[in-house]
Amino acid sequence: MIAFYLLAIVLIASAIFTVTQKSPVYSVVGLLVNFITLAILYFTLDAEFLGVIQLVVYSGAILMLFVFVIALLSSGIGPFPEGPDRLPRVALPALLSVLAGFGFLAFGVLHAPMASPPLRAGNNLGSVGSANVFGSVGDFGAALFTTQLLPFEITAFVLMVAVVGVVALAGDAVPEPTRGRHLRRRKRAKEREPIVKAGR
Amino acid sequence: MQPDLSSYVALSAVMFFIGVSGVIVRRNPLIVLMSIELMLNAANLALVAFARAWVNNAGHVFVFLVVTVAAAEAAIGLAIVVAVFRSAKNVDVDEVARLRG
Repeated sequence: MIAFYLLAIVLIASAIFTVTQKSPVYSVVGLLVNFITLAILYFTLDAEFLGVIQLVVYSGAILMLFVFVIALLSSGIGPFPEGPDRLPRVALPALLSVLAGFGFLAFGVLHAPMASPPLRAGNNLGSVGSANVFGSVGDFGAALFTTQLLPFEITAFVLMVAVVGVVALAGDAVPEPTRGRHLRRRKRAKEREPIVKAGR
Repeated sequence: MQPDLSSYVALSAVMFFIGVSGVIVRRNPLIVLMSIELMLNAANLALVAFARAWVNNAGHVFVFLVVTVAAAEAAIGLAIVVAVFRSAKNVDVDEVARLRG
């Protein structure tokens, strides 16, 4: 119980840190703490495979992508907006919508019959780490490849669409003037100095 | 003693709306994308808690799907950010809103 509250405090604090930081690099660090805390919460909820997935995919792959893009964009000039955020302009509607949504959700959680059962022990629960109990790799994989096979295959389709979309967006989609300048510069450089000297 | 389901769902709700406020308020598109990741992770936490409460791993498969969609979304979103940066040399959500037609 104490562990849950500690994890909850770290989770909320790191989320607020992520949202409020000025520099995106600090936000990535806050998000990293958030994801690691969330992975520990998954372990306490007997979802060990998802905890590992959280660490590998989120903390490893997605945050790496964020850091890479920040490094790419910040290498030359400062590309990020310097001025104040939109808080003064949108403060009232943002506050209203967030409070309305949160109130709606809190009402649902407190009044729905779904919220009443406690986290009960099932017949298939064992200690974390042993094979073929709830949330283990075997259990998850059996569900993924038998009863949930169609969503798994749709996952493959989604990833393929993402790969094609990224290549189409950022692969060679240089606007025309930039590309022409780039090619002209390369041509000039080629005329100026040959890369491989003859006779070597 | 294990905390009950509603405390996990309440934690998930708090985290989700922190992400919502980030999406509404911030102008840096990278932080907007990170706030979207926060929202997706809040939904994941609720799904894992519900799956644990009913001892049913369909929720785990749902979380797996959400993680996949989040990875695809981050990749596409960052590609859009890079493409906007290439054409505008400036990444600002309010500036991008003027690119119409």
